[in-house]
Amino acid sequence: MAEPSALESKPKASAGGGGGGGGRAGSKAGGPGPGPAPLAGGLSQPAGWQSLLSFTILFLAWLAGFSSRLFAVIRFESIIHEFDPWFNYRSTHHLASHGFYEFLNWFDERAWYPLGRIVGGTVYPGLMVTAGLIHWILNMLNITVHIRDVCVFLAPIFSGLTSISTFLLTRELWNQGAGLLAACFIAIVPGYISRSVAGSFDNEGIAIFALQFTYYLWVKSVKTGSVSWTICCCLSYFYMVSAWGGYVFIINLIPLHVFVLLLMQRYSKRVYIAYSTFYIVGLILSMQIPFVGFQPIRTSEHMAAAGVFALIQAYAFLQYLRDRLTKQEFQTLFFLGVSLAAGAVFLSVIYLTYTGEWHQGWKYAKIHIPIIASVSEHQPTTWVSFFFDLHILVCTFPAGLWFCIKNINDERVFVALYAISAVYFAGVMVRLMLTLTPVVCMLSAIAFSNVFDTRNILDDFREAYYWLRQNTDEHARVMSWWDYGYQIAGMANRTTLVDNNTWNNSHIALVGKAMSSNETAAYKIMRSLDVDYVLIIFGGVIGYSGDDINKFLWMVRIAEGEHPKDIRESDYFTPQGEFRVDKAGSPTLLNCLMYKMSYYRFGEMQLDFRTPPGFDRTRNAEIGNKDIKFKHLEEAFTSEHWLVRIYKVKQLQNRETLDHKPRVTNILSKQKYLSKKVGSQGNYPTKVGSGLSGRW
Amino acid sequence: MISSFLEQYMSTTLQCLKLLDAYLLYILLTRALQLSYCLLLRTFPFNSLLSGFMSCVGSFILAVCLRIEINPQNKGDFQGISPERAFTDFLFASAILHLVVMKLVS
Repeated sequence: MAEPSALESKPKASAGGGGGGGGRAGSKAGGPGPGPAPLAGGLSQPAGWQSLLSFTILFLAWLAGFSSRLFAVIRFESIIHEFDPWFNYRSTHHLASHGFYEFLNWFDERAWYPLGRIVGGTVYPGLMVTAGLIHWILNMLNITVHIRDVCVFLAPIFSGLTSISTFLLTRELWNQGAGLLAACFIAIVPGYISRSVAGSFDNEGIAIFALQFTYYLWVKSVKTGSVSWTICCCLSYFYMVSAWGGYVFIINLIPLHVFVLLLMQRYSKRVYIAYSTFYIVGLILSMQIPFVGFQPIRTSEHMAAAGVFALIQAYAFLQYLRDRLTKQEFQTLFFLGVSLAAGAVFLSVIYLTYTGEWHQGWKYAKIHIPIIASVSEHQPTTWVSFFFDLHILVCTFPAGLWFCIKNINDERVFVALYAISAVYFAGVMVRLMLTLTPVVCMLSAIAFSNVFDTRNILDDFREAYYWLRQNTDEHARVMSWWDYGYQIAGMANRTTLVDNNTWNNSHIALVGKAMSSNETAAYKIMRSLDVDYVLIIFGGVIGYSGDDINKFLWMVRIAEGEHPKDIRESDYFTPQGEFRVDKAGSPTLLNCLMYKMSYYRFGEMQLDFRTPPGFDRTRNAEIGNKDIKFKHLEEAFTSEHWLVRIYKVKQLQNRETLDHKPRVTNILSKQKYLSKKVGSQGNYPTKVGSGLSGRW
Repeated sequence: MISSFLEQYMSTTLQCLKLLDAYLLYILLTRALQLSYCLLLRTFPFNSLLSGFMSCVGSFILAVCLRIEINPQNKGDFQGISPERAFTDFLFASAILHLVVMKLVS
């Protein structure tokens, strides 16, 4: 038993930290609360454990994502599935065999005979280039993998990368715990799996990774305001543009985010730097892809970005001027500027309608173009798809959104907008469920993380047992009701009188009698049993209904079974036969030891401004006896939510206090005697000493 | 009003910021020149025009960002970004920008 005593001898704080840390190390890594202070010694560094755990979890998430996508390949063979992937595979094959420039300038005369197809200009090359690059690198390292295998397994591998980028993004938005949860969710969420299985060699496989990564870099650049992060974001955006036509989502969501920040008066120089750099460099990068060409400055889909760019330039300039000019000057300048801008807008509207540029962009009139409307993936989404693709996450996703909005800051505005727009688009087309899936994973992770964060975990029992373990003598004896015997023996390591074995009914009855009698009688019993501490459970503060007052009648009945002359159950009820703890309760109950121990100092406690002080939440009554004083006990410990209360039994006093008042020697009685002897002089004392000399 | 603004500007801004502002003015003039060419003459080699234009705008924006980041008044907004780091970012970004512009010009 050397270890427990060693634990006891350490100062309370570190041992408590060690015990608590040991209990909490098994839970989710990077937990929100303040971790224990780093102890000396390499292996017990919490920060090290944290990153090891994060790494392991992410690796396992990658593995899970990869393996769950392999079903078809394991069952059949490594082969490309579906329709679109076969074109992608053929192009990648061409790329791998003939080289990059041949691929970019490829004119395919074997498709659309006799028209042919300009592949280089009508394809998003990112997918093919990625697969080709991986194939090339592996072959350089003399790992001879066939291009078909690279294509088949590309999507599962990139799902792992998507998990990691989702982790990074959620960590920026909330905390590490939420990030890990999000990574695990997106690794196995069906909505993403169904479009990225092994063999499904399609744009979405890499596009979702590029999407999440670009968003992560965008959030990072808004947070830091550094140009290098923004450039990285632009490069990632370039990759996204090369990968999928859904890049339009990014180029509209980011300007929307900036615009909403402006509206919310959250403008800051970091936002200005991030967006201006992103827009220009991103624009020029996106025009590198032949398929995109000059669309970013022509079509209406990209006009929002340009508009917000112009707006933020104007806003920043005005801010700059405002710092320099006086209010009057600024106002005149402002009016001038606004009228000029209005004039410019008016002129440009006239110009655009005149040249017909407006009509170029109504690409979303999908219901009017039969070919587009006939594709099954473009049909409106049914609720069944929402549930099958997202399972439980679809329920926790609104909670996460609410948490984000409640604790708003710049990046959470972004994720809220992302969520709202993704929900709208997912409702329009089944295919776009895919864009909803990442944000649902992230927000659900935030919701779950918040649930684990909030201190709804009550750990009063262990708190009290550890107090007993560290603050009482090793051989102290603890009296409590038998329910808690095993726990006290196990966690607090103290001697108990009765425990869950319940083999000796008379012993339990003695304890019950002590609990039910008044303090003096109970004290006699406790002295005879050598009790040092008394432990009770009290649920009146939190409304816990399994406390000792609710079990009290059983204590009474068991005690009555052995000591029928001293304890009578009917004494504890009101004359009407009710068990009440308020003023109308029976006096025996209001003065018994259990009552006093439960409600000591409770009369001063007001839990709620609507209820009076001393309101017992479990019995829903205001207690009857608020002014409780102990003679033989003193309060030793009460846990955080008053669940466990421990009292110390005082030793016998050195001197017995008297039951009666001390004798008082009264002068008045002597005078009565004197005046009777001398004569009736009245009842006032003259000279006490010379009273016998008579009258003079 | 403009004269009072100019006076205040001359007195309060630092030397290095004034240098940057001169650079910004130069870029602005170049851009105005390009725009007038575009409007008055022709837009045939559209990609060259675009790349030239973008190059101007890009350099302008990057210089503005640099100016914002090294302005000591704005220290609060940018924790962890020293002026040296800001300048390095500027160089890195300009390199990427001009690489892409070169590609687009051809």
